[in-house]
Amino acid sequence: MKWWLPQASNSAAETDRLLWGLLLLSFAVLALVFGLMFRYIVKYRAGSGVDRGAVAKKSWIFEITWTAATLLIFFGLFVWGADLYVRLFEPPKNALKIYVIAKQWMWKTEHVGGQREINALHVPVGIPIELVMTSEDVIHDFSVPAFRIKHDVLPDRYETLWFTANLPGRYDLYCTQFCGLDHSKMVGEVVVMPQPRFQAWLEQNGGGDTLAAAGKVLFMRFGCSGCHGSNAAGSDPGSAVRAPSLAGLYGSPVPLSNGTVTIADERYLHDSMVMPERQIVAGYAPIMPSFAGQLGEEDLLKLVAYIKSQAPERPQ
Amino acid sequence: MNTTMTGMVRIAASEVEGSYLTDGLTLRSWLLTTDHKRIALLYLGTITFFFFVGGIAAALVRLNLIVPEGLLGSAEAYNRLFTMHGVIMVWFFLVPAVPVTLGNFLLPLMLGARDLAFPRLNLITWYLFITGGAITLWALFVGGVDTGWTFYTPLSSMYSKGHVVLAAVGVFISGFASIATGLNFIVSIHRLRAPGLSWYRMPVFLWSIYSVSVLLVLATPVLAITLLLLALERLFHIGVFDPAIGGDPLLFQHLFWFYSHPAVYIMILPGFGVVSEIIPTFSRKSLFGYKFVVWASVSIAIISFFVWGHHMFVAGTSVYSAVLFSILSYLVAVPSAIKVFNWLGTMHKGFVRFDAPMLYALGFIGLFTIGGLTGLWVAALAADVHLTQTYFVVAHFHYIMVGGMVSAYFGGLHFWWPKITGRMYPEMWARVAALIMFIGFNITFFPQFILGLLGMPRRYFSYSPEFQVLNVLSSAGASVLASAYLLPLAYLTWSLFHGERAPANPWGATGLEWQTASPPPTVNFVEIPVVTHGPYAYPPPETVHPQNV
Repeated sequence: MKWWLPQASNSAAETDRLLWGLLLLSFAVLALVFGLMFRYIVKYRAGSGVDRGAVAKKSWIFEITWTAATLLIFFGLFVWGADLYVRLFEPPKNALKIYVIAKQWMWKTEHVGGQREINALHVPVGIPIELVMTSEDVIHDFSVPAFRIKHDVLPDRYETLWFTANLPGRYDLYCTQFCGLDHSKMVGEVVVMPQPRFQAWLEQNGGGDTLAAAGKVLFMRFGCSGCHGSNAAGSDPGSAVRAPSLAGLYGSPVPLSNGTVTIADERYLHDSMVMPERQIVAGYAPIMPSFAGQLGEEDLLKLVAYIKSQAPERPQ
Repeated sequence: MNTTMTGMVRIAASEVEGSYLTDGLTLRSWLLTTDHKRIALLYLGTITFFFFVGGIAAALVRLNLIVPEGLLGSAEAYNRLFTMHGVIMVWFFLVPAVPVTLGNFLLPLMLGARDLAFPRLNLITWYLFITGGAITLWALFVGGVDTGWTFYTPLSSMYSKGHVVLAAVGVFISGFASIATGLNFIVSIHRLRAPGLSWYRMPVFLWSIYSVSVLLVLATPVLAITLLLLALERLFHIGVFDPAIGGDPLLFQHLFWFYSHPAVYIMILPGFGVVSEIIPTFSRKSLFGYKFVVWASVSIAIISFFVWGHHMFVAGTSVYSAVLFSILSYLVAVPSAIKVFNWLGTMHKGFVRFDAPMLYALGFIGLFTIGGLTGLWVAALAADVHLTQTYFVVAHFHYIMVGGMVSAYFGGLHFWWPKITGRMYPEMWARVAALIMFIGFNITFFPQFILGLLGMPRRYFSYSPEFQVLNVLSSAGASVLASAYLLPLAYLTWSLFHGERAPANPWGATGLEWQTASPPPTVNFVEIPVVTHGPYAYPPPETVHPQNV
């Protein structure tokens, strides 16, 4: 029986301080409520001859006092919890991205260099990690108690979750959103390694194509290049179909046919492949077929990585 | 009973002499009754049945968790058991428990009325309820459902192999019983108050039932719509929730919690009402801050519609919605805190007696306070990220629902048992049961707070061996709790035949329900009472000042 969770991430110590604060407050209130209750039921039990005196009048003064005190304490707790949550919501710009695909009932993780893992995730210590997560079927949840983080993983959406691991070791990874029969078997481990060892691990487990290189192969095989250009650099002059250029697309604003402008992030690129009719680039006809059902989430990730690799380096 | 043009009521002799229990002894006279008191007893039997069915499922869940690899040997069986436990306990026990039994029985009596506004509608709700219950039970027994009681999509709509639609149909039908009951109560409270019974002279129990009825009428239709959409997607593949066919999985969660969060208050508000009756009676003192307690109930009913998003802090909603729902969740906790302080204020300088109903009420205050305080933990955003979807949440809501609500339900059942049956329950046994229930409850659920803090996820058939000690402790507590629940079943049944005859007002209470015979005649009051002042006028000590004198 372990009675303590290690504080293995940037948010763990701060979350624990909040939990300790809540614990102390809870004990204080419990002591007050149980204390008063036992005092009153003993002192004022029916058989006791203690002087009841005059019953307090103007009870609204008590009411206002304890209502105001409660409100004040609650507001303090709200600010404390919300501040931490909001600060930890946005990943840092320089975070290392790792892709997570959940399915009944396993975790698949893919590194940018093409390294793939099942029910495991290797990360370096001290570097912010941004997980880009999606599901192939139902809703799952990526939860690492030692990091004090969790987030739902939804089908057809990219949800992000970030952390900086600060203590090398092996930590439990759980799916915490009930996902069917073998929900309790959808567990794994997060392995936090010192940076040099992580580099060595990447090299040992590399060998395959990078995500972007694998994406380029798919880009040809599924005929994307026919309309969007063989090198993603723009429409093939010989092509009869007019489709938007994908060069430099990632991270740039895209004007849409409905007059709005969106940023071409991972989610936009993903949705444009499986639901192209949802967001049409201004000035283009809605002629692209959906690739839903033909491209799995892993293939989509590779294609997104390829399109990203065609973007110019941006100043951070 | 016939009402003449002048509003005078002509009463048959059989409705005055004897009690509602002896007014017709055939099965037909029970199954076709429109007497709110008999319907309350029909409901009481039904609810008790469902409580034990849900309880058996819970016992098997706890049995499975004694060993890390799962004692039952089948994840499928385990998943179906906890789903069955949740579905039955929420919709067929906790939501209806107090309103349809004690509420049904007491509402007209407390109002000084002869029945509810729509007696036949009242009977129809019972038939809807048992129809819905039978369908859901059928679904759970012929193969079961393995989605959890929350039916999250797209698991429930596209992936689950269980009888989701059948179970949902049962819940859907029983929802109409809830709506009709709520409507009946609202109309009765507006239209059937005895002469002189102004709103601020109503007992807090009536205010609680009124608040609950508003919630039932407004929230339950949303559940019906949600289940309908779920069935449409599952049966006809109309894309509503599954993104693969064009739906949005979060939409389901929004709709579901828009009902299910108010439903939490549907479950607990009647408990507040029961405790607010018991504490002044056994403290022989007026309820402290009556108007604050009343308006706390009403404001809970209103604010509870605006906190559903706190179930979705890690679900993928925006940071703005998380912040907003966090502060609203703290707001809804304020009225509950006000109530606790008012109950304590009621005991101050009172003449406190320790009859079994009071023991249950004291247990309620303690356990509900722990449940409420841990609610503050999960309303704090960053803390919730760590705690949600773990056993901490399981412990939190069981402290509210079982520690709070079920304690209040048993407190109320004992308090009004003499009125309902005309017999006293055995006092010693009742006190022992209350004590064992309190102890067993804490042994069962307190370890789950620690399990959650250590990160153990809920709804796990098997778990890491490091969590075993606390799980075994929790299961041991569950067996104590189970035996505590069997005790009242035994001694209350015994008291029906062998209990001491109850006087009209054994507790010396002030409410109108105590100013008629125990058990009451079919017409409740031979003469309609005229109310002259507010409830809980307990001049110290040992004298009674009924509401109609």
